[in-house]
Amino acid sequence: MIPKTSILLLMLALANPVAAEDPFIIVASTTSTENSGLFAHILPIFEQKTHIRVRVIAAGTGQAIRLAINGDADVLLVHHRASEEAFVAKGYGVQRHDLMYNDFVVIGPRKDPANIAAMDGAAAALTNIANAETPFVSRGDDSGTHKKELSLWRAAGTDPNKASGAWYQEVGASMGAALNTAAVMNAYTLSDRGTWLAFANRGDLVILSKGDPKLLNPYGVILVSQNKHPHVKTELGQRFIDWLTGPEGQTAIASFTINGEQAFFPSAQ
Amino acid sequence: MGKSESILPLEFRQVSFEGGGKRLIKDLSFRLDAGPRTIIIGANGAGKSLFLRLCHKLIVPSSGEIIWHGANGRNPAPAQAMVFQRPVMLRRSVAANVGYALSLRKVPREKRPALIEEALRMTGLNRLAGYSARVLSFGEQQKLALARAWVLRPEVLFLDEPTASLDPAATHEVEELINTIHQAGTRIIMTTHDLGQAHRLADEVLFLHRGRLLEKAAAAAFFTKPENDLARKFIAGDLLWWKRGKDNRNQISEGVMK
Amino acid sequence: MSDFSSALWAAFSLVIQLDSDLAEIVFLSLKVSLIAVSGAALIGMPLGAALALFRFRGRASMVVLLNALMGLPPVVVGLAVYLVLSRSGPLGVFGLLFTPTAMIIAQLILVTPIIAALTRQVIDDLWREYEEQFRSLGAGPGQRITALLWDGRFSLATAVLAGFGRASAEVGAVMIVGGNIDHVTRVMTTAIALEVSKGDLALALGLGIILITLSLAINGVSYVINEKARENHG
Repeated sequence: MIPKTSILLLMLALANPVAAEDPFIIVASTTSTENSGLFAHILPIFEQKTHIRVRVIAAGTGQAIRLAINGDADVLLVHHRASEEAFVAKGYGVQRHDLMYNDFVVIGPRKDPANIAAMDGAAAALTNIANAETPFVSRGDDSGTHKKELSLWRAAGTDPNKASGAWYQEVGASMGAALNTAAVMNAYTLSDRGTWLAFANRGDLVILSKGDPKLLNPYGVILVSQNKHPHVKTELGQRFIDWLTGPEGQTAIASFTINGEQAFFPSAQ
Repeated sequence: MGKSESILPLEFRQVSFEGGGKRLIKDLSFRLDAGPRTIIIGANGAGKSLFLRLCHKLIVPSSGEIIWHGANGRNPAPAQAMVFQRPVMLRRSVAANVGYALSLRKVPREKRPALIEEALRMTGLNRLAGYSARVLSFGEQQKLALARAWVLRPEVLFLDEPTASLDPAATHEVEELINTIHQAGTRIIMTTHDLGQAHRLADEVLFLHRGRLLEKAAAAAFFTKPENDLARKFIAGDLLWWKRGKDNRNQISEGVMK
Repeated sequence: MSDFSSALWAAFSLVIQLDSDLAEIVFLSLKVSLIAVSGAALIGMPLGAALALFRFRGRASMVVLLNALMGLPPVVVGLAVYLVLSRSGPLGVFGLLFTPTAMIIAQLILVTPIIAALTRQVIDDLWREYEEQFRSLGAGPGQRITALLWDGRFSLATAVLAGFGRASAEVGAVMIVGGNIDHVTRVMTTAIALEVSKGDLALALGLGIILITLSLAINGVSYVINEKARENHG
């Protein structure tokens, strides 16, 4: 019922007033890199050097990949290796580069009612939670963290979906929102370390399980392929990826700390 | 507004009007010529307001014809204006209310101030020109409605019970204005249920009762020796009443109360 | 509630320091919502007035539709606008996704039905009062619309404010089509959502307090102007 012409007029009248100055790229990434403060730390270094602006859309890994598939981003920076490789294999991405890693940690109430802190390995920890039927908050949003959590349940030989709505709570929200929920419910949850370190509303929650090799959290970076979307800013995007995976970017990542603790570890080859 | 030939006389040919399944105006046939002030009288519910709205084409008849003989094919509406019982005041200043009527008639912008000024002076509202029309008293609002109608210099002015809600002083002022407008050459066609007012203003009287025209006569003749029996009783001050039966159509009971 | 006192403190210190990031976010919020609401008023008011004045086939269903659209879920609007503006969508070539323009379009779609529906109500009431007088004066359709919109201006100002309230308070649509990009499309509501997901509830609430204060200020100023004008020309 709104005349098409008026929409078009508005578009023309207002078309992107900010774009005029510096060239920019759009990076589809995860909430963990944005919320931890990593981008706020490293992007100014890159932007000052190259005068290329980096516009970050922080979403879950699943949604970020969706954006890239639709051609709405130039660079994809996420943390679920299998999805990333599938993205490249289907021709949406040029090539996947290792970028950095940290780890996932199992968070829970200090009193640890399911007694997972004493267990060896993440799968055993989750088995205890399932047996004790203590509340567990799941992202439930197809994010990298959610996919990791589901693979850990498989390793533990448990199907938590049977308890969905009982002790297994799928909130369908970002890491931060899931942590807020867990803090209120005094529940267990799986978090990436970066978001956890920067998270301010911890309540009574602490890290209870960590260090299992299965909890490794590798981040990859991929240039979106021009074959599918000709408008992708290949040259600018490649410069960003080269910088990130080069010595300057890797040093910048390594130098980012939260409360004195290093949050991400460079891993570019 | 220009001085073109008259749209009068006005003729009704067997005009009826139905509303809500009832015949509210029945077989009106008469002719109004240029000149006198015509007052339509009758009890409340007699059909006076509907009659004026038919004349002014705010409603159209269910059957019959209404003809402006002088119009010769041109639209008679711009030569008419109407003042309602409850004045409709635009949410603007007094002057802008008058100006709006001029703007609708495409009067050139530069000519408007003088016309507004004159109409407001005539109605005694010029010192209120800048005020919001809606803060005026009821009497002032009705005078403003007259100014808004007069500024168009209509050939025919319809007035629907213009003083029904006014106190005697305001009624007097409005009646004077009506006479002034009449003397300036505008044909007055007005309804009232107030016999005294009819006495004071009428040159010609139409007596309506239950949607029928029972008598049309010169005022002097009507008030001294009315031909119609009900008209005589109405003039004598009797209450003419009627009531519909349960089925709303037939079984109408009526009577006269002394 | 220590959260509330720290929220008040956070709001207070942000304002006192004239935080430049905050100023940028506030400015963008106001700009996006004001443009969206102006556009919605330009479309919605004549539309609402026409629905009040003219009788045509399908009018009743349009009125019902309009009233129902007042409750459009912002997330759904955001998603629809995303699909249209996405590079894979029909208007992808314009490259408008993740720009303030995209946010303006989304808010325009959210607000237009509100302004149109409220306008229809206002004009409908006014028309009942004016109809005979306007017909007597011989006002044509266009003249009726403009005169009624002008005479309904005080009530219509409230309709526009309601639209502005909706636009400036919603987060679902602008988050999806704007992307909450720092310095580009971050507005008050998406900034609040971000702080919540960082767990900084005090800062989030502080930003919320600033948003409410702004909204109060805008409504207060309009109220005073409206009352003054109404006194003069109600």
